[in-house]
Amino acid sequence: MAVKKFVVGCFDDEAVLFPAVKKVRAAGYKIHDVYTPFPVHGLDHALGLRETSLHTAGFIYGITGTTTALSFMSWVFTTDWPMNIGGKPHFPLPAFIPITFELTVLFSAVGMVMTFMYLCQMAPFVKKHIFHPRQTDDLFVMAIEVTEKTRPEEVKAFLDSVGAKEINEQTAEAGWWLGRFDREDKLFTKQIEPLNA
Amino acid sequence: MKDQFVVPARLKTTSYVLLGIGLLTLLIGLFAFHGEHGSTRFWAGLLQNSTYFLMVVLASTFFIAATTLAQGGWQIAFRRVPEAISMAVPVLSAILLVVLAFLIFGNKGHIYHWIHPEGDRILEFKSPFLNPSMVTIFTVITIGAWTALTLKIRKMSLAEDTMKLDQNSRRTLLWNGTVWCAVFIVVYALTMGSTTPWIWLMSIDAHWFSTMYSWYTFASTWVSGLSLIALFVIYLKGNGYLPWVNEEHLHDLGKFIFAFSIFWTYLWFSQYMLIWYANMPEETVYFQPRVWGAFRPVFFLNLIINFIVPLLIFMKRSTKRNYTVMAVMSGVVIFGHWLDFFQMVMPATVKELNFPWFELGIGLGFVGLIIWVTANQLAKAPLTPKNHPYLKESIVHHT
Repeated sequence: MAVKKFVVGCFDDEAVLFPAVKKVRAAGYKIHDVYTPFPVHGLDHALGLRETSLHTAGFIYGITGTTTALSFMSWVFTTDWPMNIGGKPHFPLPAFIPITFELTVLFSAVGMVMTFMYLCQMAPFVKKHIFHPRQTDDLFVMAIEVTEKTRPEEVKAFLDSVGAKEINEQTAEAGWWLGRFDREDKLFTKQIEPLNA
Repeated sequence: MKDQFVVPARLKTTSYVLLGIGLLTLLIGLFAFHGEHGSTRFWAGLLQNSTYFLMVVLASTFFIAATTLAQGGWQIAFRRVPEAISMAVPVLSAILLVVLAFLIFGNKGHIYHWIHPEGDRILEFKSPFLNPSMVTIFTVITIGAWTALTLKIRKMSLAEDTMKLDQNSRRTLLWNGTVWCAVFIVVYALTMGSTTPWIWLMSIDAHWFSTMYSWYTFASTWVSGLSLIALFVIYLKGNGYLPWVNEEHLHDLGKFIFAFSIFWTYLWFSQYMLIWYANMPEETVYFQPRVWGAFRPVFFLNLIINFIVPLLIFMKRSTKRNYTVMAVMSGVVIFGHWLDFFQMVMPATVKELNFPWFELGIGLGFVGLIIWVTANQLAKAPLTPKNHPYLKESIVHHT
Protein backbone atom coordinates (compact mmCIF):
# COMPACT_ATOMS: atom_id res chain seq x y z
CA MET A 1 0.00 0.00 0.00
CA ALA A 2 1.20 3.39 -0.83
CA VAL A 3 0.31 6.87 0.28
CA LYS A 4 -0.02 9.11 -2.75
CA LYS A 5 -0.86 12.66 -3.56
CA PHE A 6 -4.05 13.46 -5.47
CA VAL A 7 -5.69 16.46 -7.02
CA VAL A 8 -9.44 16.07 -6.62
CA GLY A 9 -12.03 17.80 -8.78
CA CYS A 10 -15.73 17.70 -7.97
CA PHE A 11 -18.41 18.11 -10.65
CA ASP A 12 -22.12 18.52 -10.10
CA ASP A 13 -23.28 17.59 -13.59
CA GLU A 14 -22.52 14.49 -15.64
CA ALA A 15 -22.85 16.53 -18.83
CA VAL A 16 -19.81 18.50 -17.63
CA LEU A 17 -18.05 15.43 -16.30
CA PHE A 18 -17.93 13.58 -19.63
CA PRO A 19 -16.06 16.21 -21.69
CA ALA A 20 -13.88 16.89 -18.64
CA VAL A 21 -12.82 13.23 -18.43
CA LYS A 22 -11.99 13.25 -22.13
CA LYS A 23 -9.99 16.49 -21.86
CA VAL A 24 -8.09 15.37 -18.77
CA ARG A 25 -7.14 12.11 -20.48
CA ALA A 26 -6.16 13.97 -23.65
CA ALA A 27 -3.97 16.29 -21.61
CA GLY A 28 -2.14 13.21 -20.35
CA TYR A 29 -2.99 13.31 -16.65
CA LYS A 30 -3.36 10.03 -14.83
CA ILE A 31 -6.92 9.59 -13.54
CA HIS A 32 -6.88 7.46 -10.40
CA ASP A 33 -10.67 6.95 -10.49
CA VAL A 34 -13.96 8.74 -10.91
CA TYR A 35 -16.53 8.29 -8.15
CA THR A 36 -20.20 8.76 -9.02
CA PRO A 37 -23.38 8.51 -6.95
CA PHE A 38 -25.00 6.25 -9.57
CA PRO A 39 -23.78 4.17 -12.54
CA VAL A 40 -23.03 6.59 -15.36
CA HIS A 41 -23.64 5.10 -18.79
CA GLY A 42 -20.56 5.09 -20.99
CA LEU A 43 -18.18 6.47 -18.36
CA ASP A 44 -16.12 3.28 -18.55
CA HIS A 45 -15.59 3.92 -22.26
CA ALA A 46 -14.66 7.55 -21.61
CA LEU A 47 -12.17 6.44 -18.96
CA GLY A 48 -10.71 3.89 -21.37
CA LEU A 49 -11.25 0.96 -19.02
CA ARG A 50 -11.05 -2.46 -20.63
CA GLU A 51 -14.18 -4.58 -20.76
CA THR A 52 -14.63 -6.67 -17.66
CA SER A 53 -14.06 -10.42 -17.68
CA LEU A 54 -16.66 -10.88 -14.96
CA HIS A 55 -19.07 -12.57 -17.37
CA THR A 56 -16.44 -15.12 -18.41
CA ALA A 57 -15.92 -15.89 -14.75
CA GLY A 58 -19.69 -16.19 -14.38
CA PHE A 59 -19.84 -18.70 -17.23
CA ILE A 60 -17.12 -20.81 -15.63
CA TYR A 61 -18.90 -20.76 -12.26
CA GLY A 62 -22.17 -21.69 -13.97
CA ILE A 63 -20.60 -24.63 -15.76
CA THR A 64 -19.07 -25.72 -12.45
CA GLY A 65 -22.52 -25.63 -10.86
CA THR A 66 -24.03 -27.68 -13.70
CA THR A 67 -21.29 -30.28 -13.43
CA THR A 68 -21.47 -30.44 -9.65
CA ALA A 69 -25.24 -30.93 -9.59
CA LEU A 70 -25.39 -33.48 -12.39
CA SER A 71 -22.42 -35.56 -11.28
CA PHE A 72 -23.37 -35.54 -7.59
CA MET A 73 -26.98 -36.54 -8.20
CA SER A 74 -25.97 -39.18 -10.72
CA TRP A 75 -23.48 -40.66 -8.30
CA VAL A 76 -25.96 -40.66 -5.41
CA PHE A 77 -28.85 -42.19 -7.31
CA THR A 78 -26.98 -44.71 -9.42
CA THR A 79 -24.05 -45.79 -7.24
CA ASP A 80 -24.17 -44.65 -3.68
CA TRP A 81 -27.81 -44.99 -2.65
CA PRO A 82 -30.13 -46.07 -5.48
CA MET A 83 -33.76 -45.55 -4.55
CA ASN A 84 -36.99 -46.40 -6.26
CA ILE A 85 -38.95 -43.16 -6.49
CA GLY A 86 -42.31 -43.56 -8.16
CA GLY A 87 -41.01 -46.33 -10.39
CA LYS A 88 -38.72 -43.93 -12.21
CA PRO A 89 -35.35 -45.09 -13.55
CA HIS A 90 -32.31 -44.65 -11.37
CA PHE A 91 -30.98 -42.02 -13.69
CA PRO A 92 -34.05 -39.82 -14.19
CA LEU A 93 -32.54 -36.94 -16.15
CA PRO A 94 -35.71 -34.74 -16.37
CA ALA A 95 -36.03 -34.81 -12.58
CA PHE A 96 -32.43 -33.61 -12.25
CA ILE A 97 -32.88 -30.63 -14.55
CA PRO A 98 -34.54 -28.20 -12.09
CA ILE A 99 -31.89 -28.84 -9.44
CA THR A 100 -29.13 -28.57 -12.03
CA PHE A 101 -30.59 -25.26 -13.13
CA GLU A 102 -30.80 -23.99 -9.56
CA LEU A 103 -27.22 -24.97 -8.78
CA THR A 104 -26.00 -23.37 -12.02
CA VAL A 105 -27.70 -20.11 -11.03
CA LEU A 106 -26.50 -20.34 -7.44
CA PHE A 107 -22.87 -21.02 -8.34
CA SER A 108 -22.71 -18.31 -10.97
CA ALA A 109 -24.51 -15.74 -8.81
CA VAL A 110 -22.50 -16.31 -5.65
CA GLY A 111 -19.26 -16.72 -7.60
CA MET A 112 -19.80 -13.53 -9.53
CA VAL A 113 -20.62 -11.55 -6.39
CA MET A 114 -17.45 -12.86 -4.73
CA THR A 115 -15.36 -12.08 -7.79
CA PHE A 116 -16.88 -8.63 -8.04
CA MET A 117 -16.09 -7.98 -4.37
CA TYR A 118 -12.52 -9.15 -4.94
CA LEU A 119 -12.06 -7.02 -8.06
CA CYS A 120 -13.45 -3.93 -6.35
CA GLN A 121 -11.53 -4.71 -3.13
CA MET A 122 -14.70 -4.71 -1.10
CA ALA A 123 -15.22 -6.82 2.02
CA PRO A 124 -16.37 -6.32 5.58
CA PHE A 125 -13.93 -4.04 7.44
CA VAL A 126 -11.98 -3.20 4.30
CA LYS A 127 -11.66 0.55 4.23
CA LYS A 128 -10.71 2.87 1.40
CA HIS A 129 -10.10 6.56 1.32
CA ILE A 130 -13.17 8.66 0.50
CA PHE A 131 -12.19 11.72 -1.49
CA HIS A 132 -15.40 13.62 -0.86
CA PRO A 133 -18.28 12.61 1.44
CA ARG A 134 -20.80 13.70 -1.15
CA GLN A 135 -19.48 11.30 -3.82
CA THR A 136 -22.24 8.87 -2.83
CA ASP A 137 -24.87 11.58 -2.80
CA ASP A 138 -24.81 14.17 -5.57
CA LEU A 139 -21.20 14.87 -6.61
CA PHE A 140 -19.07 13.37 -9.35
CA VAL A 141 -15.56 13.19 -7.97
CA MET A 142 -12.51 12.82 -10.18
CA ALA A 143 -9.21 11.96 -8.47
CA ILE A 144 -6.07 12.67 -10.47
CA GLU A 145 -2.85 11.11 -9.26
CA VAL A 146 0.09 13.45 -8.84
CA THR A 147 3.18 11.77 -10.26
CA GLU A 148 6.67 13.26 -10.38
CA LYS A 149 5.86 14.64 -13.81
CA THR A 150 2.69 16.47 -12.68
CA ARG A 151 2.56 19.95 -11.22
CA PRO A 152 -0.45 20.15 -8.84
CA GLU A 153 -1.07 23.84 -9.46
CA GLU A 154 -1.28 23.24 -13.20
CA VAL A 155 -3.75 20.37 -12.70
CA LYS A 156 -5.90 22.55 -10.47
CA ALA A 157 -6.02 25.29 -13.06
CA PHE A 158 -6.84 22.75 -15.73
CA LEU A 159 -9.67 21.21 -13.68
CA ASP A 160 -11.04 24.67 -13.11
CA SER A 161 -11.01 25.34 -16.84
CA VAL A 162 -12.98 22.13 -17.60
CA GLY A 163 -15.73 23.04 -15.14
CA ALA A 164 -14.95 21.52 -11.73
CA LYS A 165 -16.94 23.19 -8.95
CA GLU A 166 -14.61 22.32 -6.12
CA ILE A 167 -10.90 21.49 -6.36
CA ASN A 168 -8.53 20.40 -3.63
CA GLU A 169 -5.35 18.50 -3.00
CA GLN A 170 -5.26 15.39 -0.83
CA THR A 171 -2.62 13.02 0.38
CA ALA A 172 -4.22 9.68 0.89
CA GLU A 173 -3.78 5.94 0.97
CA ALA A 174 -4.37 4.65 -2.59
CA GLY A 175 -5.13 1.05 -1.59
CA TRP A 176 -7.23 -0.43 1.15
CA TRP A 177 -6.73 -1.07 4.82
CA LEU A 178 -8.68 -2.70 7.60
CA GLY A 179 -10.83 -0.47 9.74
CA ARG A 180 -14.38 0.54 10.47
CA PHE A 181 -16.26 3.50 9.15
CA ASP A 182 -18.37 3.88 12.30
CA ARG A 183 -15.17 4.43 14.29
CA GLU A 184 -13.93 7.08 11.92
CA ASP A 185 -14.40 10.46 13.63
CA LYS A 186 -12.56 12.67 11.17
CA LEU A 187 -14.84 11.99 8.20
CA PHE A 188 -18.32 12.25 9.67
CA THR A 189 -17.88 14.98 12.19
CA LYS A 190 -16.36 17.38 9.72
CA GLN A 191 -18.61 20.27 8.84
CA ILE A 192 -19.25 20.26 5.11
CA GLU A 193 -19.44 23.58 3.34
CA PRO A 194 -22.40 23.88 0.95
CA LEU A 195 -21.19 23.82 -2.63
CA ASN A 196 -22.87 26.96 -3.94
CA ALA A 197 -22.91 29.02 -0.78
CA MET B 1 -29.66 9.29 -46.32
CA LYS B 2 -31.84 6.64 -47.92
CA ASP B 3 -35.12 6.72 -46.12
CA GLN B 4 -37.48 5.58 -48.85
CA PHE B 5 -37.24 1.87 -49.58
CA VAL B 6 -37.38 0.88 -53.22
CA VAL B 7 -37.92 -2.85 -53.73
CA PRO B 8 -34.78 -4.14 -55.45
CA ALA B 9 -35.36 -6.35 -58.50
CA ARG B 10 -33.36 -9.14 -56.88
CA LEU B 11 -35.57 -9.25 -53.81
CA LYS B 12 -38.65 -9.26 -56.01
CA THR B 13 -37.26 -12.15 -58.05
CA THR B 14 -36.36 -14.04 -54.87
CA SER B 15 -39.86 -13.68 -53.51
CA TYR B 16 -41.41 -14.76 -56.82
CA VAL B 17 -39.09 -17.78 -57.03
CA LEU B 18 -39.93 -18.81 -53.47
CA LEU B 19 -43.65 -18.30 -54.12
CA GLY B 20 -43.25 -20.38 -57.28
CA ILE B 21 -41.57 -23.17 -55.34
CA GLY B 22 -44.47 -23.10 -52.87
CA LEU B 23 -47.14 -23.26 -55.56
CA LEU B 24 -45.25 -25.96 -57.45
CA THR B 25 -44.96 -28.03 -54.28
CA LEU B 26 -48.67 -27.56 -53.71
CA LEU B 27 -49.42 -28.80 -57.21
CA ILE B 28 -47.03 -31.75 -56.92
CA GLY B 29 -48.60 -32.53 -53.55
CA LEU B 30 -52.07 -32.53 -55.08
CA PHE B 31 -51.02 -35.18 -57.59
CA ALA B 32 -48.39 -37.11 -55.63
CA PHE B 33 -50.38 -37.85 -52.49
CA HIS B 34 -52.92 -40.58 -53.02
CA GLY B 35 -55.50 -42.12 -50.77
CA GLU B 36 -56.45 -41.24 -47.24
CA HIS B 37 -52.91 -41.27 -45.91
CA GLY B 38 -51.65 -38.98 -48.65
CA SER B 39 -54.48 -36.56 -48.14
CA THR B 40 -53.69 -36.46 -44.41
CA ARG B 41 -50.10 -35.53 -45.13
CA PHE B 42 -51.15 -32.89 -47.65
CA TRP B 43 -53.51 -31.12 -45.24
CA ALA B 44 -51.27 -31.57 -42.21
CA GLY B 45 -48.45 -29.85 -44.08
CA LEU B 46 -50.71 -26.98 -45.05
CA LEU B 47 -52.05 -26.64 -41.51
CA GLN B 48 -48.55 -26.65 -39.98
CA ASN B 49 -47.21 -23.98 -42.32
CA SER B 50 -50.23 -21.69 -42.37
CA THR B 51 -50.59 -21.60 -38.57
CA TYR B 52 -46.85 -21.24 -38.01
CA PHE B 53 -46.26 -18.40 -40.44
CA LEU B 54 -49.43 -16.55 -39.44
CA MET B 55 -48.37 -16.63 -35.79
CA VAL B 56 -44.83 -15.57 -36.71
CA VAL B 57 -45.95 -12.47 -38.61
CA LEU B 58 -48.46 -11.73 -35.85
CA ALA B 59 -45.53 -11.64 -33.42
CA SER B 60 -44.51 -8.41 -35.19
CA THR B 61 -47.73 -6.74 -34.10
CA PHE B 62 -47.08 -8.07 -30.63
CA PHE B 63 -43.58 -6.61 -30.79
CA ILE B 64 -44.98 -3.16 -31.59
CA ALA B 65 -47.69 -3.46 -28.94
CA ALA B 66 -45.37 -4.71 -26.20
CA THR B 67 -42.65 -2.14 -26.83
CA THR B 68 -45.22 0.66 -27.04
CA LEU B 69 -46.82 -0.34 -23.76
CA ALA B 70 -43.41 -0.59 -22.14
CA GLN B 71 -42.76 3.00 -23.30
CA GLY B 72 -39.82 1.66 -25.27
CA GLY B 73 -37.92 4.11 -27.38
CA TRP B 74 -35.08 2.03 -28.78
CA GLN B 75 -37.16 0.30 -31.48
CA ILE B 76 -38.51 3.45 -33.13
CA ALA B 77 -35.62 3.65 -35.63
CA PHE B 78 -36.69 0.36 -37.21
CA ARG B 79 -40.36 0.29 -36.14
CA ARG B 80 -41.53 0.38 -39.74
CA VAL B 81 -40.00 -3.09 -40.25
CA PRO B 82 -42.25 -5.00 -37.80
CA GLU B 83 -45.13 -2.87 -39.05
CA ALA B 84 -44.49 -3.94 -42.62
CA ILE B 85 -44.13 -7.59 -41.59
CA SER B 86 -47.40 -7.39 -39.65
CA MET B 87 -49.19 -6.40 -42.84
CA ALA B 88 -48.84 -10.04 -43.89
CA VAL B 89 -51.34 -10.93 -41.14
CA PRO B 90 -54.47 -10.38 -43.28
CA VAL B 91 -52.97 -12.31 -46.21
CA LEU B 92 -51.86 -15.31 -44.16
CA SER B 93 -55.14 -15.20 -42.20
CA ALA B 94 -57.04 -15.61 -45.45
CA ILE B 95 -54.93 -18.64 -46.36
CA LEU B 96 -55.42 -20.18 -42.93
CA LEU B 97 -59.17 -19.60 -43.12
CA VAL B 98 -59.32 -21.49 -46.42
CA VAL B 99 -57.25 -24.37 -45.00
CA LEU B 100 -59.36 -24.55 -41.83
CA ALA B 101 -62.58 -24.43 -43.85
CA PHE B 102 -61.44 -27.48 -45.79
CA LEU B 103 -60.32 -29.25 -42.62
CA ILE B 104 -63.44 -28.52 -40.57
CA PHE B 105 -66.26 -28.54 -43.11
CA GLY B 106 -64.73 -30.91 -45.62
CA ASN B 107 -63.10 -33.07 -42.91
CA LYS B 108 -60.16 -33.32 -45.30
CA GLY B 109 -57.40 -35.65 -44.20
CA HIS B 110 -59.29 -36.53 -40.99
CA ILE B 111 -57.03 -34.22 -39.03
CA TYR B 112 -59.58 -33.15 -36.44
CA HIS B 113 -61.15 -36.24 -34.83
CA TRP B 114 -63.51 -34.12 -32.75
CA ILE B 115 -65.64 -33.38 -35.83
CA HIS B 116 -67.26 -36.79 -35.32
CA PRO B 117 -67.25 -37.43 -31.56
CA GLU B 118 -69.93 -40.12 -31.70
CA GLY B 119 -69.04 -43.15 -29.63
CA ASP B 120 -65.94 -41.58 -28.09
CA ARG B 121 -66.69 -40.65 -24.49
CA ILE B 122 -63.82 -38.18 -24.13
CA LEU B 123 -64.68 -36.35 -27.32
CA GLU B 124 -68.38 -36.38 -26.50
CA PHE B 125 -67.53 -34.81 -23.14
CA LYS B 126 -65.45 -32.13 -24.90
CA SER B 127 -67.97 -31.52 -27.68
CA PRO B 128 -69.64 -28.44 -26.13
CA PHE B 129 -66.29 -26.69 -26.73
CA LEU B 130 -64.75 -28.71 -29.54
CA ASN B 131 -67.40 -28.68 -32.23
CA PRO B 132 -67.34 -27.18 -35.73
CA SER B 133 -69.55 -24.17 -35.01
CA MET B 134 -67.73 -23.25 -31.79
CA VAL B 135 -64.32 -23.61 -33.44
CA THR B 136 -65.48 -21.56 -36.43
CA ILE B 137 -66.75 -18.77 -34.21
CA PHE B 138 -63.51 -18.71 -32.21
CA THR B 139 -61.42 -18.75 -35.37
CA VAL B 140 -63.35 -15.96 -37.06
CA ILE B 141 -63.27 -13.78 -33.93
CA THR B 142 -59.55 -14.42 -33.48
CA ILE B 143 -58.59 -13.68 -37.05
CA GLY B 144 -60.96 -10.74 -37.34
CA ALA B 145 -59.58 -9.12 -34.18
CA TRP B 146 -55.95 -9.76 -35.17
CA THR B 147 -56.45 -8.31 -38.64
CA ALA B 148 -58.45 -5.30 -37.51
CA LEU B 149 -56.04 -4.33 -34.74
CA THR B 150 -52.96 -4.90 -36.91
CA LEU B 151 -54.40 -2.66 -39.62
CA LYS B 152 -55.38 -0.05 -37.03
CA ILE B 153 -51.91 0.08 -35.48
CA ARG B 154 -50.28 0.35 -38.89
CA LYS B 155 -52.70 3.08 -39.97
CA MET B 156 -52.00 5.14 -36.87
CA SER B 157 -48.28 4.88 -37.47
CA LEU B 158 -48.59 6.03 -41.10
CA ALA B 159 -50.81 8.91 -40.01
CA GLU B 160 -47.92 10.16 -37.85
CA ASP B 161 -45.92 11.19 -40.88
CA THR B 162 -48.37 13.89 -41.93
CA MET B 163 -49.18 15.00 -38.42
CA LYS B 164 -48.70 18.58 -37.26
CA LEU B 165 -45.92 18.82 -34.74
CA ASP B 166 -46.99 20.32 -31.47
CA GLN B 167 -47.08 19.04 -27.96
CA ASN B 168 -50.79 18.24 -27.94
CA SER B 169 -50.74 16.18 -31.12
CA ARG B 170 -47.74 14.22 -29.88
CA ARG B 171 -49.45 13.54 -26.59
CA THR B 172 -52.57 12.34 -28.43
CA LEU B 173 -50.36 10.16 -30.60
CA LEU B 174 -48.72 8.46 -27.64
CA TRP B 175 -52.03 8.05 -25.83
CA ASN B 176 -53.83 6.54 -28.84
CA GLY B 177 -50.90 4.23 -29.48
CA THR B 178 -50.97 3.08 -25.88
CA VAL B 179 -54.73 2.47 -25.88
CA TRP B 180 -54.85 0.46 -29.11
CA CYS B 181 -51.73 -1.51 -28.25
CA ALA B 182 -53.26 -2.33 -24.85
CA VAL B 183 -56.41 -3.54 -26.59
CA PHE B 184 -54.26 -5.69 -28.84
CA ILE B 185 -52.34 -7.16 -25.90
CA VAL B 186 -55.60 -8.19 -24.21
CA VAL B 187 -56.89 -9.77 -27.43
CA TYR B 188 -53.54 -11.45 -28.02
CA ALA B 189 -53.44 -12.86 -24.50
CA LEU B 190 -56.95 -14.27 -24.78
CA THR B 191 -56.37 -15.75 -28.24
CA MET B 192 -52.69 -16.58 -28.79
CA GLY B 193 -52.04 -17.01 -25.08
CA SER B 194 -54.95 -19.36 -24.44
CA THR B 195 -57.72 -20.40 -26.82
CA THR B 196 -56.44 -20.26 -30.36
CA PRO B 197 -53.55 -22.76 -30.23
CA TRP B 198 -55.91 -25.18 -28.44
CA ILE B 199 -58.44 -25.22 -31.23
CA TRP B 200 -56.04 -25.06 -34.17
CA LEU B 201 -53.21 -27.27 -32.99
CA MET B 202 -53.81 -28.96 -29.65
CA SER B 203 -57.13 -30.36 -30.84
CA ILE B 204 -55.25 -32.48 -33.37
CA ASP B 205 -54.47 -34.73 -30.41
CA ALA B 206 -58.10 -34.43 -29.41
CA HIS B 207 -57.90 -36.74 -26.38
CA TRP B 208 -54.93 -35.00 -24.93
CA PHE B 209 -54.58 -31.59 -23.35
CA SER B 210 -51.92 -29.47 -21.75
CA THR B 211 -52.30 -26.17 -19.94
CA MET B 212 -48.80 -25.11 -21.04
CA TYR B 213 -49.56 -25.59 -24.72
CA SER B 214 -50.59 -22.06 -25.73
CA TRP B 215 -47.78 -20.40 -23.86
CA TYR B 216 -45.34 -22.77 -25.41
CA THR B 217 -46.73 -22.08 -28.88
CA PHE B 218 -46.61 -18.36 -28.17
CA ALA B 219 -42.97 -18.55 -27.08
CA SER B 220 -42.13 -20.50 -30.20
CA THR B 221 -43.69 -18.00 -32.60
CA TRP B 222 -42.56 -14.94 -30.65
CA VAL B 223 -38.90 -15.88 -30.78
CA SER B 224 -39.14 -16.67 -34.49
CA GLY B 225 -41.05 -13.41 -35.06
CA LEU B 226 -38.17 -11.55 -33.42
CA SER B 227 -35.74 -13.40 -35.66
CA LEU B 228 -37.77 -12.40 -38.71
CA ILE B 229 -37.63 -8.74 -37.65
CA ALA B 230 -33.87 -9.06 -37.11
CA LEU B 231 -33.45 -10.59 -40.59
CA PHE B 232 -35.30 -7.74 -42.30
CA VAL B 233 -33.42 -5.12 -40.25
CA ILE B 234 -30.10 -6.70 -41.24
CA TYR B 235 -31.17 -6.90 -44.89
CA LEU B 236 -32.19 -3.22 -44.97
CA LYS B 237 -29.05 -2.15 -43.11
CA GLY B 238 -26.93 -4.17 -45.52
CA ASN B 239 -28.52 -2.31 -48.42
CA GLY B 240 -27.80 1.10 -46.92
CA TYR B 241 -31.21 1.86 -45.42
CA LEU B 242 -32.16 2.49 -41.79
CA PRO B 243 -29.51 5.16 -41.10
CA TRP B 244 -30.15 5.29 -37.35
CA VAL B 245 -29.95 1.58 -36.69
CA ASN B 246 -26.60 0.25 -35.47
CA GLU B 247 -25.17 -2.62 -33.44
CA GLU B 248 -26.86 -1.28 -30.31
CA HIS B 249 -30.31 -2.00 -31.74
CA LEU B 250 -29.14 -5.32 -33.11
CA HIS B 251 -27.72 -6.17 -29.69
CA ASP B 252 -31.11 -5.61 -28.07
CA LEU B 253 -32.86 -7.75 -30.69
CA GLY B 254 -30.23 -10.42 -30.04
CA LYS B 255 -30.87 -10.22 -26.30
CA PHE B 256 -34.57 -10.68 -26.99
CA ILE B 257 -33.94 -13.76 -29.13
CA PHE B 258 -31.50 -15.15 -26.56
CA ALA B 259 -33.87 -14.58 -23.65
CA PHE B 260 -36.95 -15.94 -25.38
CA SER B 261 -35.10 -19.01 -26.64
CA ILE B 262 -34.52 -19.80 -22.99
CA PHE B 263 -38.12 -18.89 -22.17
CA TRP B 264 -39.30 -21.30 -24.86
CA THR B 265 -37.15 -24.05 -23.37
CA TYR B 266 -38.52 -23.32 -19.93
CA LEU B 267 -42.12 -23.79 -21.15
CA TRP B 268 -41.21 -26.75 -23.33
CA PHE B 269 -39.52 -28.45 -20.42
CA SER B 270 -42.27 -27.55 -17.93
CA GLN B 271 -44.79 -29.25 -20.18
CA TYR B 272 -42.58 -32.27 -20.70
CA MET B 273 -41.42 -32.77 -17.14
CA LEU B 274 -44.83 -32.63 -15.48
CA ILE B 275 -46.21 -35.18 -17.92
CA TRP B 276 -43.12 -37.37 -17.53
CA TYR B 277 -43.34 -37.14 -13.74
CA ALA B 278 -47.05 -37.82 -13.36
CA ASN B 279 -46.80 -40.61 -15.94
CA MET B 280 -50.52 -40.76 -16.61
CA PRO B 281 -51.41 -42.65 -19.79
CA GLU B 282 -53.84 -40.01 -21.07
CA GLU B 283 -51.06 -37.43 -20.91
CA THR B 284 -48.01 -39.46 -21.92
CA VAL B 285 -49.81 -40.45 -25.12
CA TYR B 286 -48.62 -37.15 -26.58
CA PHE B 287 -44.93 -37.80 -25.97
CA GLN B 288 -44.99 -41.50 -26.79
CA PRO B 289 -44.57 -41.09 -30.59
CA ARG B 290 -42.41 -38.01 -30.14
CA VAL B 291 -39.81 -39.28 -27.68
CA TRP B 292 -39.92 -43.03 -28.21
CA GLY B 293 -41.52 -43.33 -31.63
CA ALA B 294 -40.63 -42.32 -35.15
CA PHE B 295 -40.17 -38.65 -34.26
CA ARG B 296 -37.34 -39.18 -31.77
CA PRO B 297 -34.69 -37.52 -34.00
CA VAL B 298 -36.92 -34.48 -34.56
CA PHE B 299 -37.62 -34.20 -30.85
CA PHE B 300 -33.94 -34.00 -29.93
CA LEU B 301 -32.97 -31.91 -32.97
CA ASN B 302 -35.67 -29.47 -31.87
CA LEU B 303 -34.10 -29.14 -28.43
CA ILE B 304 -30.59 -28.71 -29.86
CA ILE B 305 -31.53 -26.07 -32.46
CA ASN B 306 -33.88 -24.10 -30.29
CA PHE B 307 -32.09 -24.23 -26.97
CA ILE B 308 -28.48 -25.33 -26.97
CA VAL B 309 -27.38 -23.51 -30.13
CA PRO B 310 -28.93 -20.09 -29.27
CA LEU B 311 -27.84 -20.45 -25.64
CA LEU B 312 -24.19 -21.03 -26.47
CA ILE B 313 -23.92 -18.69 -29.46
CA PHE B 314 -25.91 -15.72 -28.15
CA MET B 315 -24.25 -15.86 -24.74
CA LYS B 316 -21.39 -13.65 -25.89
CA ARG B 317 -21.93 -9.96 -26.36
CA SER B 318 -19.91 -9.82 -29.56
CA THR B 319 -22.11 -12.37 -31.40
CA LYS B 320 -25.26 -10.34 -30.73
CA ARG B 321 -23.57 -7.28 -32.24
CA ASN B 322 -22.34 -9.09 -35.35
CA TYR B 323 -24.57 -8.75 -38.42
CA THR B 324 -23.50 -12.04 -40.03
CA VAL B 325 -23.89 -14.15 -36.91
CA MET B 326 -27.26 -12.56 -36.17
CA ALA B 327 -28.49 -13.19 -39.71
CA VAL B 328 -27.42 -16.84 -39.70
CA MET B 329 -28.77 -17.46 -36.21
CA SER B 330 -32.11 -15.79 -37.04
CA GLY B 331 -32.47 -18.19 -39.95
CA VAL B 332 -31.58 -21.11 -37.71
CA VAL B 333 -34.12 -20.05 -35.06
CA ILE B 334 -36.90 -19.63 -37.64
CA PHE B 335 -36.16 -23.08 -39.05
CA GLY B 336 -35.92 -24.55 -35.55
CA HIS B 337 -39.35 -23.36 -34.55
CA TRP B 338 -40.77 -24.42 -37.88
CA LEU B 339 -39.48 -27.86 -36.89
CA ASP B 340 -41.16 -27.43 -33.51
CA PHE B 341 -44.50 -26.92 -35.26
CA PHE B 342 -43.69 -29.88 -37.48
CA GLN B 343 -43.43 -32.14 -34.45
CA MET B 344 -46.59 -30.62 -32.98
CA VAL B 345 -48.68 -31.50 -36.02
CA MET B 346 -47.18 -34.54 -37.70
CA PRO B 347 -46.98 -37.33 -35.06
CA ALA B 348 -50.75 -37.28 -34.49
CA THR B 349 -51.69 -36.97 -38.17
CA VAL B 350 -49.14 -38.57 -40.49
CA LYS B 351 -47.78 -40.83 -37.72
CA GLU B 352 -44.53 -41.62 -39.56
CA LEU B 353 -41.48 -39.53 -40.22
CA ASN B 354 -40.89 -38.79 -43.90
CA PHE B 355 -38.36 -36.43 -45.37
CA PRO B 356 -40.42 -33.22 -45.21
CA TRP B 357 -39.96 -32.10 -48.83
CA PHE B 358 -43.62 -31.15 -49.14
CA GLU B 359 -43.74 -29.23 -45.85
CA LEU B 360 -40.46 -27.46 -46.60
CA GLY B 361 -41.62 -26.50 -50.08
CA ILE B 362 -44.86 -25.05 -48.77
CA GLY B 363 -42.88 -23.28 -46.06
CA LEU B 364 -40.62 -21.68 -48.68
CA GLY B 365 -43.75 -20.50 -50.48
CA PHE B 366 -44.92 -18.82 -47.29
CA VAL B 367 -41.48 -17.23 -46.83
CA GLY B 368 -41.71 -15.86 -50.37
CA LEU B 369 -45.16 -14.47 -49.66
CA ILE B 370 -43.97 -12.79 -46.46
CA ILE B 371 -40.96 -11.28 -48.28
CA TRP B 372 -43.20 -10.01 -51.08
CA VAL B 373 -45.79 -8.42 -48.76
CA THR B 374 -43.18 -6.96 -46.42
CA ALA B 375 -41.06 -5.49 -49.22
CA ASN B 376 -44.07 -3.83 -50.82
CA GLN B 377 -45.24 -2.46 -47.50
CA LEU B 378 -41.76 -1.17 -46.65
CA ALA B 379 -41.76 0.73 -49.93
CA LYS B 380 -45.04 2.43 -49.07
CA ALA B 381 -43.75 4.72 -46.32
CA PRO B 382 -40.48 6.32 -45.18
CA LEU B 383 -38.43 3.90 -43.11
CA THR B 384 -37.98 6.31 -40.21
CA PRO B 385 -41.15 7.47 -38.42
CA LYS B 386 -39.77 11.00 -38.29
CA ASN B 387 -42.56 12.48 -36.16
CA HIS B 388 -42.51 9.92 -33.39
CA PRO B 389 -41.74 11.59 -30.05
CA TYR B 390 -39.32 8.82 -29.03
CA LEU B 391 -37.24 8.88 -32.19
CA LYS B 392 -34.35 10.69 -30.56
CA GLU B 393 -34.25 8.11 -27.80
CA SER B 394 -33.80 5.46 -30.45
CA ILE B 395 -31.07 7.38 -32.26
CA VAL B 396 -28.95 7.83 -29.14
CA HIS B 397 -29.74 4.32 -27.94
CA HIS B 398 -26.86 2.72 -26.13
CA THR B 399 -26.80 -0.65 -24.41
